[in-house]
Amino acid sequence: MIRVQTVDFNPADELEQLRSVNNGKAGAMVSFTGLVRDLNEGDNITQLTLEHYPGMTEKALAKIETQANAQWELTATLIIHRVGPLQPNDNIVLVVAASMHRKQAFAACEFMIDTLKTSAPFWKKESLQNSDRWLAPG
Amino acid sequence: MIQLRYFASLRESLGIGDEQVELPENVSDLPALTQWLQQRGESWENALADQRLHVAVNQQIVPADSRIADGDEIAWFPPVTGG
Repeated sequence: MIRVQTVDFNPADELEQLRSVNNGKAGAMVSFTGLVRDLNEGDNITQLTLEHYPGMTEKALAKIETQANAQWELTATLIIHRVGPLQPNDNIVLVVAASMHRKQAFAACEFMIDTLKTSAPFWKKESLQNSDRWLAPG
Repeated sequence: MIQLRYFASLRESLGIGDEQVELPENVSDLPALTQWLQQRGESWENALADQRLHVAVNQQIVPADSRIADGDEIAWFPPVTGG
């Protein structure tokens, strides 16, 4: 399942929701949560704004899920990514992989967040005290 | 008509996020379309000359020399930085 949204999400609630519909099939759930840092390249960040390409972004995330499910035996996957203005310490992204065994879940979760970072159309703009700047890929 | 979209720093440089234009008669691929847009002025010439830009046609990343057709949605954007 994928979601692109402006509103916040609660990682604990999302994991519990996945567990409750799991019916005992998965033995492991691995999750990654990305947060807004208050410091980047030595500068204080007051706001982080996420832009996306409505339509293409959802397709890119769905493709990442499909690739993960083709490569590993997963019982569930979830990608939630926020867009719009965010503040330091806010949730940005949640990626979850559930599988019978932990190694598959770890590998699939890492693959999904790594692939998201290099291929899904999102762009970050940092607001500093007196200026804004678009981030370059790290 | 073709739908053109520009994102992030490129959208800010050009001062426009999306537009619909008639596909010019002699334009049938991305290099020709880019060249046609660059005739709009210096900011267009410079912004679209950035070799780091990605191009998507109908929401799929494509090679920079791909063909285009009437009805296509064409988007230019800088390298992605999500996650």
